[in-house]
Formats: sequence, C-alpha cells, structure tokens
Amino acid sequence: MPLNLDQIERLARLARIEISAADGGETRDRLNDVFALIEQLQAADTRGIEPMAHAFELAQRLREDAVTESDRREAYQAVAPEVEAGLYLVPRVME
Amino acid sequence: MINSSLKELGAALAEKRISSVELATLLIERIEALNPTLNAFITVDREKTLAMARDADRRLGAGLAGPLTGIPLAHKDIFCSEGWLTTCGSKMLANFASPYDAHVVQLMKAAGLVTLGKTNMDEFAMGSSNETSFYGPVKNPWDNTRVPGGSSGGSAAAVAARLTPAATGTDTGGSIRQPAALCGLTGVKPTYGVVSRYGMIAFASSLDQGGPMAKSAEDCALLLSAMSGFDPRDSTSLDRPAEDYRRDLEKPLAGLKIGLPREFFAAGMAADVREAVDEALAEYRRQGAVTVEVSLPSSGLSVPAYYVIAPAEASSNLSRFDGVRYGYRAPEYTDLADMYCKTRAQGFGAEVKRRILIGTYVLSHGYYDAYYLQAQKIRRLIANDFVQAFRHCDIIMGPTTPSTAFALGAKSDDPVEMYLSDIYTIAVNLAGLPGMSIPCGFGGEGGKLPVGLQLIGNYFDEARMLGVAHRYQLATDWHKRMPEEA
Amino acid sequence: MMEWEIVIGLETHAQLRTNSKIFSGSSTAFGAAPNTQANAVDIALPGVLPVLNRAAVECAIRLGLAVGGKIAARSIFARKNYFYPDLPKGYQISQYETPVIAGGSLAIVVGQAGQSYEKTVALTRAHLEEDAGKSLHEDFHGKSGIDLNRAGTPLLEIVTEPDMRSAAEAVAYAKALHALVRWIGICDGNMQEGSFRCDANVSVRPRGSEVLGTRREIKNLNSFRFMQQAIDYEVQWQIATLEDGGRIEQATVLFDPATGETRAMRSKEDAQDYRYFPDPDLLPLEISPDWIARVKADLPELPAEMKARFESEYRLSAYDAAALTAGREICVYFADCVAAAGRENAKLCANWLMGELAARLNKEGREISAAPIPPLQLAALVRRIADATISNKIGKEVFDALWSGEDKDVDAVISDRGLKQISDGGALEALIDGVLAANPKSVEEFRAGKEKAFNALVGQLMKATRGKANPQQVNELLRRKLSDRDVLRPPD
Repeated sequence: MPLNLDQIERLARLARIEISAADGGETRDRLNDVFALIEQLQAADTRGIEPMAHAFELAQRLREDAVTESDRREAYQAVAPEVEAGLYLVPRVME
Repeated sequence: MINSSLKELGAALAEKRISSVELATLLIERIEALNPTLNAFITVDREKTLAMARDADRRLGAGLAGPLTGIPLAHKDIFCSEGWLTTCGSKMLANFASPYDAHVVQLMKAAGLVTLGKTNMDEFAMGSSNETSFYGPVKNPWDNTRVPGGSSGGSAAAVAARLTPAATGTDTGGSIRQPAALCGLTGVKPTYGVVSRYGMIAFASSLDQGGPMAKSAEDCALLLSAMSGFDPRDSTSLDRPAEDYRRDLEKPLAGLKIGLPREFFAAGMAADVREAVDEALAEYRRQGAVTVEVSLPSSGLSVPAYYVIAPAEASSNLSRFDGVRYGYRAPEYTDLADMYCKTRAQGFGAEVKRRILIGTYVLSHGYYDAYYLQAQKIRRLIANDFVQAFRHCDIIMGPTTPSTAFALGAKSDDPVEMYLSDIYTIAVNLAGLPGMSIPCGFGGEGGKLPVGLQLIGNYFDEARMLGVAHRYQLATDWHKRMPEEA
Repeated sequence: MMEWEIVIGLETHAQLRTNSKIFSGSSTAFGAAPNTQANAVDIALPGVLPVLNRAAVECAIRLGLAVGGKIAARSIFARKNYFYPDLPKGYQISQYETPVIAGGSLAIVVGQAGQSYEKTVALTRAHLEEDAGKSLHEDFHGKSGIDLNRAGTPLLEIVTEPDMRSAAEAVAYAKALHALVRWIGICDGNMQEGSFRCDANVSVRPRGSEVLGTRREIKNLNSFRFMQQAIDYEVQWQIATLEDGGRIEQATVLFDPATGETRAMRSKEDAQDYRYFPDPDLLPLEISPDWIARVKADLPELPAEMKARFESEYRLSAYDAAALTAGREICVYFADCVAAAGRENAKLCANWLMGELAARLNKEGREISAAPIPPLQLAALVRRIADATISNKIGKEVFDALWSGEDKDVDAVISDRGLKQISDGGALEALIDGVLAANPKSVEEFRAGKEKAFNALVGQLMKATRGKANPQQVNELLRRKLSDRDVLRPPD
C-alpha cells in the first residue's frame, strides 16, 4: 500500500531528515515506486526458512580485555564542527 | 607505459628503467589533463603522492622492495586515509580529513603502493551510475555522454582512461563489477570477510566488500594478495591464512565445468551483451571447459531483497552523520532536533536520503517482520540456490550487466530502473560469494562500449576464479583495449 | 475507599568492571579529562567497527550463575536506533530478542529485624550493552557539552518481573543486587559515579485485580534513599490521580531530590520507535558449556548459599543471616570472627556484630572495613562472655575500651579493670545475705507476690558488685534464699 505524505513525514522525523514542503510529493512518489518493488517479497513462500543475517554462520570473535588506545583527542577534534574545553558542543540538550 | 601490467611496471621499477617519482609524475600530469573532463578523482595531492613515491624509490634502491613497491594506486574515496580528505562522495564529509587509515590503506602502504589520489564515487556508495556524487557525475572514458557505472565509477573511469594502473573499489550490490564491466576493466569482489571493512565507510555492513579494479585478472590477483587478510578490528574479518591469489593463474581450463544460470540468460539481457557473453563462453569451450545449465530460482527476488536489507543497514550506519563530532553541520538551526534535521537534509543527497527513509520504514514497528525478516529469509534462499548450483559446476558465468553503459541522466530520475542495473550482481553479495567482471567484447552503437563477463566462484575460490579469468585474457585482448582519448 | 496494590519492576544498569570498553580498547577508568578516553570507535568515526570484550561476557556469565539464570548458548547483539548527542553512532549496541541471560531470581529479606519477611524476586533477563556518553549542561553559551569518555563502557542491564509490591521491597531488591554484583566482582557498585543505576517501573491497581495498571518509569535512581522517596511519591501521586478520576499516561519520569517529586521527561522522540535489528557488524555470541564451567569453578561461595548455611549451621535468623551476607566485607568479618571464637559461638558473634558493632558503625557513619575493632578482638570478647568470665553487660564496657582504641587486649582490659565476673558461690551468697538484710521492704513485697521486687533485689546486688556478679548464678541463689525464707515464714 502506498504511503501518504503524513507517513513519509513521520519516517523523516524518525530519520532526522527535514523534508521541505516543496519536495514532499516528489519524495513520496519515488519512495512509493521503491515500496512497490520490495512488495514483491510478500509473494515468496518462506515458511520454515531461517533468516540470514550474515554471509557465514560463525561465532563472534572476542577481544582480550586490554587497554590498547591512547588519547588522540586533539586529532579527532580537529575535524569537529564545534568544541570547547575538550567537549563537543551542541544546541542545549533538554530533558 | 600507461598500458603496462603491474608485473611490467614492477619490473621496470626494479630495473630502474623508471622511478616511482617519474611514474607518479607522469600519471598526475595525465590526471591534470583528463580529469577536468572525466571527473574521476575528488582529491589529488601531488606533494603527498610524491613523498610516498620518493619513499618507494628509496626502498627500491635499498633492495627492500616487494612486487608492488612504487606502483601508483588510486583509492575509492570510501577508504579512510590519514591526512587525506575522505568524502565518500558526500557533502556530509566534504571537510573530513581522516585521522586514521583504513586497514586496506595500511596494507597497500605496507606493500609500497603509492597513493595517487581519491576517486569519485556515488554518495556513500549508493548508486549505479556515479551520478549521485556531491562532486558531480563521472564520465565514461569510452563515451563521455555515458555513465561509468557505480558506485566505484571514479576508480573504474580512472583505470579505463589509464590515469592509474589500478584502484580500489567496494562492492555492496555490484559496485566493483558493474563499473568494471561498463568501463572495460577487470574488477574483483572477494568472498565476504576476505578484505577487512575497518576504515571502509559502511554502506550495508553485511554486504560491503572491498576489492581491486585493474586491467587484468593477473593484476587483480597481485592486488588482492596485498589487500586481503585477517584484521582483528573487524569482527566479520575471516581468520584464515594469507593467500597468494596468483597460484592458479596458469592452471589449464580442461574439464572446467561452467554453470550458466538459466535465469541470467532469460529475457532482459541486451542483444549486444548476449552476443559478447556467448562468444566468451565459446572461447572457454574451445579451451576445454564445458558449460552446464544451472538454476538460481530465487535470484529473481534478489533486487527487492537487497533494497530492503541494504537500506535498512544503511539507515542505521548513516545515523552517525549528525553534525556533532565531524563533517557537515547546518549553518542555521533553532534547536538540537532542528540541527539534526537540517544537517542531514543539507548534508545528504536525494538518493542517500531516499535509502535512509526506505531503511527506516522497513525496520519500523509493525513492518520489520514483513520486510526485513522476510528479506533475510529470501537472502537464505538465494544463498542456498548457489550452494545447489555449485554441486553441478566449478564456476558460474553470465553477464555482469543487462546492457552497456547508459547515457548520463537516463535513469537518474527513476530509482527503480537504476536499481535494476544490478540485477545480475546483487545475488552474489547476498550470498557472500566472490565474483568478478572481465571485459569480453564491445557493444553499443558502433561497437564502442565495453561488455563485461561475470564470473562467480564458490566461497574462497578467488584463486581459481582469477585463474579462469586469466586463461581467457591470455587468449583475448579485450582487457588491453583503451578508449581513444586515453 | 478502594485499596490499592503497588506493582514495581526494576531495571538496573550495572557498569562492568573491565579494563577496556565493551567494543573498543579505550580505558574505562572514571574521571579522565573529557574525551581523552574516547577513541575512534567510541566517537564513531566513519568506517570504525566494534569487537566484543571477552571480560564483559564473562561478567554476564558470573551474574547468570549467581542468579540461577539460563545462560544462552547463542545470543545476538542488536542496534537500538535513536538520535541523541551522547550516543555517537545514532544507535546503541544492545541485546534485544535473545539476551545473554534469561530468567533467574534473587532472594531478598524485607523489613526490620523481628518483623522481616523473605521474598524471591524473579528476573526476566540480563543483557549486555554499551553505555552512552554524558551531556554536560553547564553553561557553554547556552549550549551543552558532550563528553564521550563513558560511551562504550560495558553495562549489564538486569531486568526483574513486576514482582515487588512496595518501595521497601524494591529497595531491598536493589540492595541485594548491589551486594551481589560486588560480591561476584563484576561491578564496583559506586552509585555516585553512576556504576549502578536503577530505573523503576511503577504502577498501581485495585487490590485483587489481575490486570496491570499503566506504568510510569522513574529513570536513573542512583541512591537507595532516592529510590524509596521517588517510589513513595510516585505511588501516592498515581493513587491520587486515579482517585480524582484521572488516568495514568505511560511516561518516563525523573525524580527531583530537591523537591522529592517525580516529573515527566520531555520525550526523546515524539513517537519512540527504536527500529531494533541484529547488528550486522557483530556475529552471534556463543558461550560454551566449558566456558561456563570454568567461570563457575572460579566463583566464590554466593551470598544465598552462605545465608542458607548460616541459618542451618549457626541457627541464625533469616534476617541476621541476610544481613551478614549483604556484603562481602561484613561477611568476611563475620567469618573471621567465628573462626576465632569457635563455631559454637557463631550466634553470639552474630549478635555482637549485628548489635553493638553495627550500631556503633552506623552512629559514626563508618563502613565495616573501617571498624576500629578487628574481628579477632571481637572474637576474644565473645569467648570471654561465652566462658562466663564476664557478663554480656560487662562485655559492653570491654567493647567501649576496645572501640576507643585505649586497649587492644580483651583479657588485659578485664583484669586491669577488675571486670572479671564474681561466680564464686560462697562470695555471692554472702553478698546476697547482705542485700536481703538491707532491703526488707523488697523482700516483703516479693513475698506478697510482686515479681518486680525480685528485679529490684537483683539490681541492688549488681550495684554492690558493679555489675560483675554472674547474673545467672545471682538469679538462682537469690530465688533459693527467698524460698528458704518462705519455709521459715510463720503461717498467716
């Protein structure tokens, strides 16, 4: 079932992407084309089939509990939009 | 020199017929001349490149060189390279100088390869035409009105135009093989887990794999041997002994069983592609291989399954681009939520935003089972199809793409049409198998556009697959053809 | 008036005591300068990937064994997607459908000595996840500062069934869990530093109702006192709201210690939808029976096992046994004390530990590890009481001397101060005769049937001996003397 503009806007809010009023219709139409494509999956009979999340059925490898990292704050914050006193700054967080 | 194989370049460097600095300078000059038209590179940094070349020359002089020392290489701009701008083709990372090296970049440095620059790509590797790049489309060197394919379109165009002897690429649904086919080169997507994903900016984590793009299978074997190997920083990296992927290059083809999937040879393949592929298969038969029909009954659902799984993973992988710690931040906003929404609206292009929204939808409450879980089940069916098929053959062959390179803009307004360009390549990623594309002729108007033959190996069968490709390249010269402008 | 039943479930986040983070090699040490312990993985640079820390998994196995939960042979890490500045990836790696631990339970003792009861709280699950960073709201020109040092610190989230029926039960559970995680060495339990944080899901329903009421979740309770206050406030607020004809809306609330009230948070997302899915960067976590067996062999005797042992072997009450196993330190103190005093004196050791020692520590706000009387001294004191060298009452005087640090040796205190109990029958008899002669009125009253008068006579005797008379002997002798006189008494 095609999605309407409200549903698209809800997705955009979840994904934190602003959609301008002008682009809303175009976005909706293109997305609905894709949703029609993936709707084909519904026809397949997958009863009893295990979902496949990874290429191989392997177990997670574990890391030994050792501190291997040193402080590289200066290098990392050199590419940050806004920092002060070693902190990343953002618009005030409300709780 | 520009059409030499890596082996020939290595010999020339070793015998001091040319220095790494001379080679790098020659290629930088070619890039300066041709890149304004092709737009294959996003970043070229003569000083950094020449410093690496000088270092390589010292190693060559000191007799400390390996087979790749001093040879220039371009990296797809998805690989984090310390000190280099690493944009992933996006405005979001247009100012991101990476503070670290990807595993692949480290290995290539260690092998003595000289970084020539960072190549253009579809934004965050989402595209099949290289038209979604923030840095503009790449032109196909064989016909500048056409796309080079994507998402590793810059790497493909750069190798095709002989701006670099080789390049790295990544392949999530065909992003190495499809542009290799459309640009007339050899490109390999290894078995999932063979090449570390650490430092390779993630698109769809369970499908992404890095690999080499070069002129020949022999070159790719050499490069893959250098760029693969276990990496403890990637939990999905496979802990296997290092391999020399050249080991089966000379193995004869007699008795080789080639599986031809019925579904790949059904309607949908353009006549010129069909003709070139059939002729390539005939050459294999001449060399003693036999062809058998196999079936991949679920492969018809690979495109819709892929367009659930890949966007789902991408929607989550791309959440880190929020304007807080690096990358683009919108200049104006009212509060935190507005900063996020504007940053992401302005920093991402249309196709990336589309895929994030698709992924958000298929993972959202009430839809997860119907889409995401169902797609993963179909992924299993597709993988099982290949297991069945490999009971009857040693290698699978077919077309890489349904047609030769299409015109710029032809599909850019129709995402679904664009997605179908990867109809033959996507199933390989879903199964995690190795695959490659090699040039097998020309099609299009006037027969000037390359056609690719796709080879799909069984898990970890890269060496054999490369050998099968190499035997064909010994008998043909499609891979040596260059576009006129080059 | 309707009677209400309170229903509480707790979710506890215990930071695990590992050296490095759950998915990276950064240090987890507390208190470093901002963002100096946040590496490429922790700040989520493009291209980085997580690798799971073995020690974090081992902590989960320890807890699973300690609560009798089922340790999953195969569990899955999932991504919980939401945007928040202290969450660098835009998702938290957690476990969703298949957690590492399922089920299990924790026995608790609720209430004060004498009126306590035992209860078992069922656990739903425990899962591994990563902690977020911190948002600092000090004024950075009206902005918030983000410190990601804490991001990626391993957490075990331990979730109960909605089994608790009062704030006291919730606090008793939280204390028992707090003691347990420290006991098995998986968490330092430092609540000020946020190492052990609880969220309480609180609802009320008419007593007898089978249906759960709508719950509100009180977030981030970082002290037991606040937990008690917050739940008490929340419960009375919910009941008042319902009795006024209002409805409870599901919400996340914060407790404000300054006002003692709870208030609803501004929601993080208008419509919360975390879009959980298995993390494609991580493979299934497999835990072999071998590994579990190795961890089990390495586990200390657990508090529940010890509590049962104390009750059966030492005849301690459930309350005392629970109190003495509420923490590793008190338990070790008790064990050392019993070892020196003799098992037959275990009950007396417990009485002194739970009585005089606990009261003194409490009064001075000290931990048992800082008690001025070491277990061996207390054991010596207990032995002297047990062998009747001194009375229990005189024991307190000795205790005071030891506490003040004036003296270290129990026997020296007793002899130096002449505290040895008078247990010589002849001497006591003479003293009793004197007291009887001096208090004819009390004797008369006793004869008239006033039992109180007996106590007055004992008191006089104790006064005369400065408390050193053996109380048991005094009792016996005095009764005999008084009854002897009864024989002599002329008929009415």
